[in-house]
Amino acid sequence: MAELRVPVSAADHIRGGADGRVVLVEYGDYECPYCRLAHVQVLRLGKHFGDDLTYVFRHFPLTEIHPQAGPAAEAAEFAGAHGQFWAMHDAIYAHQDQLSLLFLMDAARALGLSERSLEAALAMNTYAPKVAQDFQGGIRSGVNGTPTFFINGHRHDGPFDYQHLADAIQSVRFRH
Amino acid sequence: MGQLLMGQLLAPGVSAPDFTLHVTPDQTLSLDDLRGRSVVLAFYPADWSPVCGDQMALYNQVLPEFRKYDAAVVGISVDSAWCHQAFAETRHLHFPLLADFEPKGAVASQYGAYRNGEGVCERALFVLDRDGIIFWSYRSPIAVNPGADGILDALDRLENQETSHGRT
Repeated sequence: MAELRVPVSAADHIRGGADGRVVLVEYGDYECPYCRLAHVQVLRLGKHFGDDLTYVFRHFPLTEIHPQAGPAAEAAEFAGAHGQFWAMHDAIYAHQDQLSLLFLMDAARALGLSERSLEAALAMNTYAPKVAQDFQGGIRSGVNGTPTFFINGHRHDGPFDYQHLADAIQSVRFRH
Repeated sequence: MGQLLMGQLLAPGVSAPDFTLHVTPDQTLSLDDLRGRSVVLAFYPADWSPVCGDQMALYNQVLPEFRKYDAAVVGISVDSAWCHQAFAETRHLHFPLLADFEPKGAVASQYGAYRNGEGVCERALFVLDRDGIIFWSYRSPIAVNPGADGILDALDRLENQETSHGRT
C-alpha cells in the first residue's frame, strides 16, 4: 500500500484542527472536475469532524491535460504568501468552470491582493518550485491520479464520496 | 480451483522477450530499438479510462523524471494503433503506446500480463536494464492505478547497481 513520503510540515497549507487525530492529505488539481467534487466533500468532512481532522492540500497539476491547473496552483501559492491560500483555493473550486488567467486576476483583486504582483509572480514562476515540489513528493508517495487522498499517511484507494471518506476517517479516529 | 485467470509475470533476471508492435498505423517499434537505455514497459487494460489522471496521463506528466534516468517509457494495451493515436492526441501523450492487437495480447501473454477471460492486459509494470534484462516487475490489482512510485524506486536501485558496477 502506498505511503505518504513527505510528512506534513509548516510548509503545508493546513485547514481544520492544527493537531487532529486524523490527518487527511489531498493531492489535487484545480482544473480537475473530480477534485472540485471532492472539495465539497472535504468541507463537509471538516464540519463533521471538527478539530479531530487536520486537512492538508498539496498541488498535483496535470498540466498536459489541464493547462490552467499550473497557473491556478501558483496563484493559490501567491495568495498563500499573503495569508489567503484557502480563500483563493475556495474561490477557484467555486468557479472552476470560469478558470482562466483573467479569473485568477479578478480573484486576487477580490481578496485585496495586487493583480500586478500576481501577474509578475506568474511571469517569473515565483511559486512554480513549490508546486513542483508538491508534485514530486506526490509522485514518490504513489499519487495515481487526482484527487488522491492519504489518511494518516496511507493512500485511500476507495471512492472519495463523502461516506467512504468519512468511514475511512472514522475507522482510524480513535486508533493509536 | 479451476483455470487460473492470471498468468505468472516474468520475473527479474529474465531476458525480456523482444517484440515488434505498431506504434502508429504505419510505424512499428521493436524492443530491440531501445537497447542501451533503461526501459519502462507499462501494460494497461484499455485507452479511454473515464478519469483525468489515468495511468498514461500520469506517466506523461512524470516523463521529465523518467528522463533523468535515461529511461524510455512505453505503454502497451490491446487497443489498435488508430485507437492509441486518438487517445494519445487527446491526452497530449509524449511517449509511444504500442498496439498488442494482432494476434491479440500475444506480447502481453509472453510477459504473463494478459487476462485471458477478459481479453485485456493486466496493469503490469516492468523495468528493464540497458541490456534488456528484467530488473523489476509488478502487477497491480486491475482497478488500482499503480502510480509511478514503484517505477522510480526501481530506477533508483537500477542506477545504484549500475554505478556500483562502474557504469556511468
